[in-house]
Formats: sequence, C-alpha cells, structure tokens
Amino acid sequence: MAEERKEIDALTGTPTTGHEWDGLRELNTPLPRWWLWLFYITIVWSIGYWIVYPAWPLLTNSTQGVFGWHTRSAVVADLDELKRQRGPMMDKLATASLAEIAADPQLLDFARAQGRVAFADNCAPCHGAGGGGAKGYPNLNDDDWLWGGKLAEIEQTVRHGARAGDDKGRQGNMPAFGRDNVLKANEISAVADYVRSLSGLSTEPGVDLALGKKVFADNCAVCHGPQGKGNRELGSPNLTDRIWFYGPDKATIMQGIQNGRGGVMPAWGGRLSESTIKALTVYVHTLGGGEK
Amino acid sequence: MANLLTARKTMTIGEGGSALAFVGLALLSIVVAAKAYTPEFAFHAYLFTAASTAAVFAIINRYYERPIETPLTVDGKPNYNMGPVKFASVAAVFWGIAGFTVGLYIALELAFPFLNLDLPWITFGRLRPLHTSAVIFAFGGNVLIATSLYVVQRTCRARLVGEIAPWFVVLGYNFFIVIAGTGYLLGITQSKEYAEPEWYSDLFLTVVWVVYFLVYLGTIMRRTEPHIYVANWFYLAFIVTIAVLHLGNNASVPVSLFSPKSYIVWSGVQDAMVQWWYGHNAVGFFLTAGFLGIMYYFIPKRADRPVYSYRLSIIHFWSLIFLYIWAGPHHLHYTALPDWAQTLGMTFSIMLWMPSWGGMINGIMTLSGAWDKLRTDPVLRMMVVSVAFYGMSTFEGPMMSVKIVNSLSHYTDWTIGHVHSGALGWVGYISFGALYCLIPWLWNRPLYSLKLVNWHFWISTIGIVLYISAMWVSGILQGLMWRAYTSLGFLEYSFVETVEAMHPFYVIRALGGLLFLAGALLMAFNLWKTVNSAVSAAPAGLRLAPAE
Repeated sequence: MAEERKEIDALTGTPTTGHEWDGLRELNTPLPRWWLWLFYITIVWSIGYWIVYPAWPLLTNSTQGVFGWHTRSAVVADLDELKRQRGPMMDKLATASLAEIAADPQLLDFARAQGRVAFADNCAPCHGAGGGGAKGYPNLNDDDWLWGGKLAEIEQTVRHGARAGDDKGRQGNMPAFGRDNVLKANEISAVADYVRSLSGLSTEPGVDLALGKKVFADNCAVCHGPQGKGNRELGSPNLTDRIWFYGPDKATIMQGIQNGRGGVMPAWGGRLSESTIKALTVYVHTLGGGEK
Repeated sequence: MANLLTARKTMTIGEGGSALAFVGLALLSIVVAAKAYTPEFAFHAYLFTAASTAAVFAIINRYYERPIETPLTVDGKPNYNMGPVKFASVAAVFWGIAGFTVGLYIALELAFPFLNLDLPWITFGRLRPLHTSAVIFAFGGNVLIATSLYVVQRTCRARLVGEIAPWFVVLGYNFFIVIAGTGYLLGITQSKEYAEPEWYSDLFLTVVWVVYFLVYLGTIMRRTEPHIYVANWFYLAFIVTIAVLHLGNNASVPVSLFSPKSYIVWSGVQDAMVQWWYGHNAVGFFLTAGFLGIMYYFIPKRADRPVYSYRLSIIHFWSLIFLYIWAGPHHLHYTALPDWAQTLGMTFSIMLWMPSWGGMINGIMTLSGAWDKLRTDPVLRMMVVSVAFYGMSTFEGPMMSVKIVNSLSHYTDWTIGHVHSGALGWVGYISFGALYCLIPWLWNRPLYSLKLVNWHFWISTIGIVLYISAMWVSGILQGLMWRAYTSLGFLEYSFVETVEAMHPFYVIRALGGLLFLAGALLMAFNLWKTVNSAVSAAPAGLRLAPAE
C-alpha cells in the first residue's frame, strides 16, 4: 500500500498516480479538452453578463451594467405594453357607467373578457367555475335573485358583500327559530312540510299542514311574504319556485329553521379595482338572468 | 501484581462524561416536560427524557460487557468499527420506504384531494415536509453516515475515532429524525423549507453534527495511508458546509425554554436570501458533494477499475465547492431580491455546469475498459445510470437558473420534475447501488438475488421516467397557461383552470411514484434475505469483498 507504484493501466494505456487505497487506484488522465473549454466559455460569458447587467455590490449601490436594465424598469415597460394592448377601451371602461357599458356591444365584450377571468379567480371558489352555485352559494345563471338582478343591484352586492361587516352590505338573516325557542319541534316539522307543499313537493303522511300554514303566517310570512314568494329587500328566497338555496329535503329545511341561515359574501370593494368590479357586474349580469 | 493492575477495567472519560451529560439532559427534559406550554412540546420533552435515560443505561451496560481495551488493529489489520455503519444502513432502508410511501400518498392527495380525509395530521401541508425530510435527511442522511463511516475507515486503514461517539452520531441523528417527523405531524414547524424543525431539534442536531465532524476528522488524522482519498474530500466538504448552513439558517430566538416556538433572527428579503443560501447548498453539499463521495468509492470498487482522472477530481472538487455556495439567489429570480444578487446567482449557476459534469465524467469514464459489466451487473448499471441522471439534472439546473427560462419555469411543476430527476435518479440510484454493495460486505453474505436488482432497476426507471416527464409537461403547460393573454389584453386562464389542467399529469406522477416505491420494496426484501442468509460470502478473489 504505502509505497507509490506508478504503473500503466493495461486497458486504457494511461499511467496511474501511484496512490492506492483499499485497492482503489487513480488514472492520471489529463482534463478532457472539451470540458475545460466549456468551463472557460461559461466563465467568459459570466464576466460579459456582469458587464452588461447589474452584478457586483459596492458600498452603497451595485455596478449598474452598461445596458441600464433593471427589474423595476422592466416591469414598468411590461405594464405599459399591456396598457397599449388593452388600448383606449380600458379608459372607456373606467369612466363609463354600467348602463353605458351594457349599451355598447364592443365595450360589453371587453368588460366580459375581463370579468370572466376575474370571476374565475375570485368568485368561482364559492359560486362555481360557471357561476352554477353550490349548497349555500346561489346559482348566478338563473333569474332567481336573492338581492336583485339589475346591474346596480348586482354591483352593490359585489362591492359591499353580504353580512361581511360592510355598512352598505346585504344584511338580512334567517333567524334560528328552534335554537332560540321561538318554535317547538312539532311546529318546525309541520312548517317544513308546509314549505315543501308550496312548490308542490310531497309531504309526510299525516302531517298537520294546517298547523304548518299557521306557523308560516305567524313567523315566516313577514320576510318570505304571505304566499312565500320571497322579498329581495331582505334577501329572503322565493320558496315556491323549486329553486333551493340549501336543498329541498325536509331535514335541510328543518335545519335552516332550527339554526337559522346567514352565509357571508365578502365585500370586494377596495380589494378589486373599480373597473374589475364593473367588469364582474356586467359579466354576472350577462350569465343568463340579468334583469333590466 | 503489575498484570492485575494494568488489566483492571476503568471507565473512560468519554463513557463517564457522556453518561453524566445524558443524566443532565434527562433531568432538564423532565422539567421542560412538566412546564411545557403545549402538550406537543411536552411529548417531545418526554421523548428526550426516555432517550437520554436509555442512553445512560446503554453506556453503563456497555461498560460492563466490553473488553478491557478495544485494540486498534488485530493481526496487523485495522479493527474496523462497523456496528454504527450497520445500524445506519438498516435505518436508511427503513426511512427510504417510509419517505417514498409518504411521497406517494401526497402525490395521490394532489391528484385526489379528498384523500386528506379532513384530518389535520395528514393534510398536504404537514405531510409534504415529512416526505422531503424523510427522503433527504432520514434516507439520504443515513446512507451518507453509513457510507462515509465505512469509506473513511477502509480508505484510511484506521478504526473510527471514539467508541461512544460513532454510536452517538448514528443514534442521535435518527432520534433527531423522530423528533422532526413527529413534530411535522403535530404541527410544530418554523416554516423554513427543508429546515422545518424548531430550535430544540436544531440545537440537538448541532451537537450530533459536531461529534460526526470530530469522528470523521479524527479518523482521517489517524490514517495509515499517506494520502487522503478523493471520496473523503467530498464527505468532509459535506459535513463542514452542512454545519455552517445549519447554524446560519436556523439562527432564532425561542419564545421560552418551555415553548416549541422560536423566531428567526433574519427578516424580509434577508431571510429569503439566507433561506436559499441554505436551501440550495443543502442540494449542493448534502445531495451532491456527499453523494459524490459515495460515487467515488463504490463505482470504482464495484467496477474494479481505477478512477478515470485524478486531475479532474481535484479541479472539479475545488471549482464545485467554490461555485456552489454562490448559486442560491437563482431561487429568488424576479422577487424583491436586488438585481445584482440575482445576476450573481444566475451566472455562478452557469459556471457550475462544468464542475458538476466533472463528477459525471469521472463516474462514467471510470468504466473505460469495463463497459461490458453494465450488461452483467445491474448494481453497477444502477450506479452508472445514477451518474447519467446527475449529468442531466446538473445541465437542467443551470438552464433553469437563466432568468428568461426561469420566468417560465418558476413556481411550476417543472421545478418538482427537476428536483425528482436529481432525487430519484441521482441520489436514489447511487444510494441503492451503495446499499446493494455495502450490506453484503457488512454482513459478509452474498447478495440474495441479482435478478431482483435487475427488476428493481427496470421498474423504478420506468417510474422515474413517468414522474419527470409528467412534471415537465405539466410544468411547462402551467407556465404557458399562467402567462397567456387574450387579444384584448386580459389573462386567458384563471388559476383554477390551470389546476384542473394538471390533473392527468398528477395521476401519472403518482403512478411513477408507485413504481419507484415498488422497486424499493424489492430492494428491502432482497437485502433482508441477504442479511438472513445462512451462507457466508465465498472469499472471492474479487476486490469487491473486503479483506477482513
């Protein structure tokens, strides 16, 4: 082991270094030329890059590079390019009223293009990718509006949200009739069946619909209306149209009467730009149920 | 009389000192457990109490059972200390299977999110660091400790320094892994990628690591060979640099001795920079330098050929360790990091290309004159393919560090694919190859089945190819969808639409992971049969079998 025996490796014809550890030896092959040259090229290229771009820190600043390129100015240039691409339509969208947008097919297309992605990024998690809704999150494709389907009404909901702590937001609540001991269990059961009967759904055999009707008139009609047609002032849903906010089965209805309902929609004003809110309003309005 | 005196057994300073230190740690842990702010922290303190108490008993037991003196040589040959090496190799196989399994599960969670079953402990956020730490630090770390403690003894012809110390390194490191892993599941984290364990785990690891360094360096200084073998340069670079990175990145102030929470001393972009100085060099020194150490011993040994070029090994070693340490900022392109730092990170990554390939050349060209062995020896084939993957990912890495490429690849699955071509291909395969060599040598048994190794090789190679190609396609698709604008100047796709588009690739990725895990299970079975075989290895004329 210890003595150095430089020998020629028979298979490659290359001399060894003469060292040996645990039977391991090393050939004394020179550095591959292509490897060395590529290494030099990457070094030269890097030095060139340092000359051209900001590279080495100095006491108070860094070398600036002869191209004068900076991330910040590059972002400004990118944004300018985007502004140019969006063109004068963007300024028009910012100043136009909702009615003007709806009346101008070109501007409407433009607003919808912005609204689609803004909707998918901000609204789709609750309302679904196509605005189809989910349990507790209204479908925005139909004309069954909780708070109104006119442009201004939609805008108010988008901007101020529902029960989100915004003074101008939508505030109505379904009270917890059971939990707060307003109604007894048999009354809740009876009124739930009565509510199902309003849209022609089957009721449990032997149920006291007369009691249900009385309970409804005494407790529910004040918000949902004597016929159960709902009231957009209060965001109380129409109970006669077979379109259900939480679900048509009796258990779900009873759950709502027992514990109340009060889902939250965030207030988007201040979070999204003015033109984005307008674009979203127009987009939702044109999904299928917009009202004049 | 004189004989009797010299033959009397006395407790060494190491034994007495470490026993006392463990008694102290046990007492401290009991106090911490009693006053801990959270039940999770109390649980960890109790684990520390139990482990230190067990350590005290183990040290005393060992004292009564050990011979009076452990000779450094027997019949003129070094009396190698292979116990800790055996433990770490078995731990490596165990943690490897565990880490791959968790990886497969989180891949399935990404494809089918209901699999988190609404349980906080198994959500993606907690299992992901469990996976990364299990494969990098538990599997990779144990492979590195096992092979380094084996290689340093064999190539220095010297017994490991210390008797308690090497065991403390191996057992202490694995205890750290248990603390880290259970911490992730219980929600204890300092939220730094690849450095999630909290302050008390970090402090304990620091002690373990310093002892590891001293054992390693001491053994090199005890060597009976005139020169230090190249594998040891790489192992030593790995041990020293990881210590520095660990200390720098984990500098934090604990809320209290009784709280698991601490606050990092760095803030804002400085914190980000320190984090990626650490993160990238964990790749450079843990997953590259350390595993190059493995390559430099096990490939020439298995191929029974000299290392291709001594000169290349010197140049690529020094250029690699000098350049790697600068490359971290390429993880922070187009962020608040100043332009000059981004430039340096990118250009040093480009210059790193050839030093990395130096290792690949030395690994692959060592087979000059012995290429036929690739056909007959699947273990060697696994290690050579590993080096090929190393070459591929060290080309891809510099390319992705170029800002214009990075603007497409950053934050996409392309990064995940890149990491896994290095992790599964390079780190995984060189580790499997080393374990297939090491375990038969350590237990002095012939490998149970080369045919199974061949199956392992092909099954997991298909797995790797599925994994990385799925991530390339998904990553580039993601990057293109994120930057797509309509003619009107608005984003073409929302984020959820891009997530939806990833689904088929996530399923393919999980399938690739399943194949990789299946291969590793074959390996575990093969190695288990090897260790439990009744046959001793024939004293083959091959240099493969260590001449004990």
